[in-house]
Amino acid sequence: MSIDPRAVVDPPTEPLNEETEQIVVNMGPQHPSTHGVFRMILTLSGETIVKAEIVMGYLHRGVEKQCEEGTFVHNITATDRLDYLSAMSNNLAFSMAAEALAGIEVPERAWYIRTIVCELQRLASHCVAIGTFGADVGTFFTPLSYAFRDRERILDMFNMICGARMTVSYVRPGGVALDLPEEFIPACRYFLDLYPQKVDEYETLLTKNEIFKARSVGIGILPPEKALSYAVSGPSLRASGIGYDLRKDQPYGIYDRFDFEVQTATGCDCFSRYIVRIREMRESAKIIKQALDHLPPGPHTAKLSRNFRAPEGEAFSRIEAPKGELGFYMVGDGSIAPYRCKIRAPSFINLGPLHEMLLGWKVADAVAILGSLDIVLGEVDR
Amino acid sequence: MSNPTTAAGPLAAKVRAAFPRVELRDVDYGIPSLLVPVENLVDVCQHVKSTPELDFDYLASVTAIDYLDRIDVVYQLRSLKLRHDLALRIEVDRDEAVAPSVTGVWRAADFQEREIYDLMGVTFTGHPNLKRILLYDEFDGHPLRKDWHLPAEPRA
Repeated sequence: MSIDPRAVVDPPTEPLNEETEQIVVNMGPQHPSTHGVFRMILTLSGETIVKAEIVMGYLHRGVEKQCEEGTFVHNITATDRLDYLSAMSNNLAFSMAAEALAGIEVPERAWYIRTIVCELQRLASHCVAIGTFGADVGTFFTPLSYAFRDRERILDMFNMICGARMTVSYVRPGGVALDLPEEFIPACRYFLDLYPQKVDEYETLLTKNEIFKARSVGIGILPPEKALSYAVSGPSLRASGIGYDLRKDQPYGIYDRFDFEVQTATGCDCFSRYIVRIREMRESAKIIKQALDHLPPGPHTAKLSRNFRAPEGEAFSRIEAPKGELGFYMVGDGSIAPYRCKIRAPSFINLGPLHEMLLGWKVADAVAILGSLDIVLGEVDR
Repeated sequence: MSNPTTAAGPLAAKVRAAFPRVELRDVDYGIPSLLVPVENLVDVCQHVKSTPELDFDYLASVTAIDYLDRIDVVYQLRSLKLRHDLALRIEVDRDEAVAPSVTGVWRAADFQEREIYDLMGVTFTGHPNLKRILLYDEFDGHPLRKDWHLPAEPRA
């Protein structure tokens, strides 16, 4: 007997087949498809998931507590290790909260550099997202290696500007750590000129791939009203037809100066979440080009003491990180460290509806559904 | 950054018209911030969600702050359609930290309230599945409280 997953609201109380006994399968924490140390306790009737419980915390390091100990500049290094696939965006969100709290003005050139590196980071993060998602659903390593090939070029550029590939600590309160080196701009332009072709390659390998489509179209439905209630953000929200993007709807920094489209899809399924990322990659490349064209001269950072103090007050910064809305809620008490630093991590909150999305699907689809949400456990567990 | 302070007045006034006991906080960080009596929290949340001109359909973030004499729980709300933000705040007693759960209003509160229960030790009444989320069940204490310190390791 087959069930329509869209009709399933509560897990069926009785086994679908009288002869099948329900079994409980521990998926994770050590499982390659969970993208880290993540655990789903699945109750199965045959191969169909009738109940799912989500267990996390295996990578909890107490980052929020650590942030209360270090100075504002120290804490930048802690943010690198949240969503370690998009360190630039984490640095930016933290810096924006510290700047709002301490009343720091950021020079215009710094904002352009920030926009360039954060959009490059989005490309890199989406490369990992679609590559590993392809690997999860059975395209195995061909698309993955194409995506990682191009991500490698981006990490090389990060290496060029700050000497680190992943834990960059590049965006700092007041601006960015170093000005762009001379060789960066030609390297970045060269990369962008070729990039649309690279996205076409991913599409040839994935979008038109029958196996990939069979495993992702119509799978793992997240209806818009549920996405909204669970405060899902980022590509997963836009794949449910809600075109909300903080870069457009609450523009921070200089995003109001660029011409780009918010990409949405209406399928609400795994394939929509994938295709939204592909389209966003093309848009991000456009933003970087515009930022490079208008990059103004001037200082790359505000003049600022290393151990600046933030007065008593509160700040809530929010940016559109590759995974969704990344927010820092910061409370200052007049010292050189934040009194409280809450991280609104998109991966953590996007996991909210997962236990409902899994109901009625097969075990193999659980891998696809989790992969399409694109989580990073460094950020989920903090 | 956008500065929605101009919208602070009317938005806060609309909530205060329905709930006179709600106070406007004078801390200004670009989002109007309201102090809500604990017993009114769920009603206020239901009101701001279902009133069409407020329409706060998105619970962006829930957090708690330990001020040593009390614990504040802060709800960052947003309306995706009307593009405005609001922060609600409740004060709970530190020794008997209990607050009503808003999981019935926004499902997003589920994980975030569990996180606060886990790390800050605030009990949310009416939460369907209140247990630790990031730490293990046997863990002693709530580490984000200001009086919690990492146990010192003996020196060799």
